Amino acid sequence: MSSVARQPVAEGFDVERLRGDFPLLTRRVHDHPLVYLDNAATTQKPETVLRTLDDYYRNTNSNVHRGVHYLSELASAAYEQAREQLCALVNAASEREILFLRGTTEAINLVAGSYGGACLRPGDEVLITEMEHHANIVPWQLLRDRCGIRLRWVPINEHGDLIWEEYERFLEGPVRLVALTHLSNSLGTINPLRRVIQTAHAHGAVVLVDGAQAVPHLPVDVRALDCDFYAFSGHKMFGPTGIGVLYGRESLLEKMPPWQGGGDMIKAVSMEQTTFNDLPAKFEAGTPHIAGAIGLGRSAEFLAGLDRAAVLLHEQQLLESALAACKEIPGLRVIGEPHARGGLFSFVLEGVHAHDLGTFLDHRGIAVRTGHHCCMPVMRHFKIPATTRVSFALYNTLEEVQILARALLEAQRFFH
Amino acid sequence: MDLESLYQEVVIDHNRHPRNFGRLEPADRSAEGHNPLCGDDLLLTLRLERERISEMRFEGQGCAISTASASLMSEAVQGLELRAACTLLERFLKRVTDPAAEASPELGKLEALAGVRKFPGRVKCATLCWHTLKAALNGGERNVSTE
Repeated sequence: MSSVARQPVAEGFDVERLRGDFPLLTRRVHDHPLVYLDNAATTQKPETVLRTLDDYYRNTNSNVHRGVHYLSELASAAYEQAREQLCALVNAASEREILFLRGTTEAINLVAGSYGGACLRPGDEVLITEMEHHANIVPWQLLRDRCGIRLRWVPINEHGDLIWEEYERFLEGPVRLVALTHLSNSLGTINPLRRVIQTAHAHGAVVLVDGAQAVPHLPVDVRALDCDFYAFSGHKMFGPTGIGVLYGRESLLEKMPPWQGGGDMIKAVSMEQTTFNDLPAKFEAGTPHIAGAIGLGRSAEFLAGLDRAAVLLHEQQLLESALAACKEIPGLRVIGEPHARGGLFSFVLEGVHAHDLGTFLDHRGIAVRTGHHCCMPVMRHFKIPATTRVSFALYNTLEEVQILARALLEAQRFFH
Repeated sequence: MDLESLYQEVVIDHNRHPRNFGRLEPADRSAEGHNPLCGDDLLLTLRLERERISEMRFEGQGCAISTASASLMSEAVQGLELRAACTLLERFLKRVTDPAAEASPELGKLEALAGVRKFPGRVKCATLCWHTLKAALNGGERNVSTE
């Protein structure tokens, strides 16, 4: 467990005031106040993001990088400002390294398709881990089937941590790319990224990080991490759905071929050939999700305006409190006990199937995720068909943890 | 839409104490059912005697709805002629998926599962075993998936 966990909440972190920024949190579900504990699936949106989206369509809506008219210039400036905000959020060296895409899934598919297709050869190895989300598994399997690369899996131990010796052993092979999650969406494991990346680089492999779960919780600095690609989604960081980011090291993006063709990604098109545009436009074919990008820029600004250390502390306190409450519930087994865990965990409750529990909790106003969490290899590792997952965000409260704990005991009585 | 309409006493009872749980070896017919979203697995084995289901067993793992549905189904179809079993099967599927379908006395205890209609995310839990039964009746070894 992280060493910050037992310190008191930092001065000035006012969760009630923060909740006031999220209008959806005030609604009721099945006649109960909503207790939203499915933040790893998607997060709720603060007023500032909602207003930005509304304002864009009301006052600015126009296509970007095309017109010379006033609105198009406004929209283009707002779109590029959003890129600067995202660049600042992850401390990229240049806006050219920030690509707006649909989300983490599309970002990983782009790297597999473009980098994988152009820079990997048959027999080259791509290393992923047993704790990956399907989004960081399937694109590599597709690449394997298309290009003859070899896909290898770093196993996890019973705690839900990577087995380091195995990782190092795999790197002895012709590994050209390592793709792994920053924060596991099913186990909560925070991977030791700096060490993972340093070791991969020492063996000549580039590293792609699936940051979908990490960005809303942990401060991310792609230059300090020294990663080559970092993918994340807007909707998991209090931004809109359908928009996300791929950070890519400029020198790599430069040598990668375009992934999709279309408008905006070209300088000139003739009947014989096309001259591609510079970064980042080279990878943004077609009219982008302009409103989404601008909304995401606002959510990046929202995050940057918070005391991130205090947020982390608060989420760790929620996690500790929930895990302690779970210990008191007979027959409840938390899956994994990773060395460092973000604000989420999965569990099974003896005698109550995850889907029955999900329905039961829903009728108490409590939203959790049930199932395999798009991590079927993790489920197989722990020999469980499905789990219930509780995932926190900065607006959850200790009181909500108590509501959850009481409801779990009630569920056990109900089904027994 | 209250929880009790989904988890009626008879459903809870059949989940706690599933009837006809197990496997017939040898069996005249069998089929497997899977719900990859839930991780549900089901194996149905049947014995037939003169166009009649003489015995049925089921095994596997699933939620309360899926377990109770298989258990109630096994009670309902044992002893039925194949044609009657098919009629019951269609009637049940219609009852839990068609909002216009009304309660029918022919469903007997199976009516306890009708509450699932109001829980769109859970309909598949109730229907998995019935689709698996259909596969078993339509031919020998079959594999059914909800997805």
